[in-house]
Amino acid sequence: MATADTHKTGGIGKDVAVYVCLLVLAGIQFVIAYQDISTSQMFVRMLTVAIIEGGLALLFFMHLSENRGLMWFVLIFTVAVILGMQYGWTDSFRLIDGVQWAK
Amino acid sequence: MSQADLSIHGQVSRTGATEIMTAPTFSVPAKKMAMWLFIIADSATFAGCLVAYGFLRNATPDWPRPFHSITNVATMTLILLTSSLTMLIGIRSAQRDDKAGAFRWVMITAVLGVLFAVLHIREWMGMISEGATLFHNPWGTPSFGAAFFSITGLHLLHVTGGVIALIAVGVRYQGGRYKVDDLEITGLYWHFVDLVWMFVVPLVYLLNLSH
Repeated sequence: MATADTHKTGGIGKDVAVYVCLLVLAGIQFVIAYQDISTSQMFVRMLTVAIIEGGLALLFFMHLSENRGLMWFVLIFTVAVILGMQYGWTDSFRLIDGVQWAK
Repeated sequence: MSQADLSIHGQVSRTGATEIMTAPTFSVPAKKMAMWLFIIADSATFAGCLVAYGFLRNATPDWPRPFHSITNVATMTLILLTSSLTMLIGIRSAQRDDKAGAFRWVMITAVLGVLFAVLHIREWMGMISEGATLFHNPWGTPSFGAAFFSITGLHLLHVTGGVIALIAVGVRYQGGRYKVDDLEITGLYWHFVDLVWMFVVPLVYLLNLSH
């Protein structure tokens, strides 16, 4: 029976292109680190770039783009767990919006 | 149908004289699905550590910014990203039945992993010599030391395990005991380790740079 693994698309050129994109994105993170912006702005920008990097690695290096069903399963389940950890406990908003700096 | 066939092609159920073949979940072999489930679980572990670190940092007024130079972390990032590429090259060689080439590139990946670990330990020794440990930090709250060493230590543990797996699977693949699928599954784990580093670097290192 044919499985998704038997259908490999693209060659080493695509892998190298994604690798170069990842290097550029990592470089952008280092540039952001030296910008004169607040910590929260820096965090948002760096996390955005990290999510793009992670997405490229998942889709192309880990070949998740070749199996849509598995891709949605991994994404939805992982994101749900992470959001649950971030916001699913009673104290999760107090530390961000309430007592920002402990006395 | 052999057990190997069942693991690749799915389960066979017998209804009377009829054999019904059911497709494996998401058309992915069982071994690969197991690795994906492990990756999802391990992502939750690292996400928990990083989220806890985020809350801790946000709630601590004297959080230090002790990193003066980005050279070491940039070098480590370059090494780990390159190791993902060499792993991909090794897997593509294996898919072309080039066993020697596949073994060579998998070993290069393992060497890059060792190099990453050496640089990481060297950085740790530098911080320990400055007085930062799991329970103590000369620049501010002791929580910094605990957060830094536990998160980076957990990642280093994964890198070390990955290097051992790469060597073991590479050697057994070359000996004919393992197949291309096994190399691909090991490659999945190695790319995951790289993916986690993409989040550790900005959150743990770059946000704590001293300007």
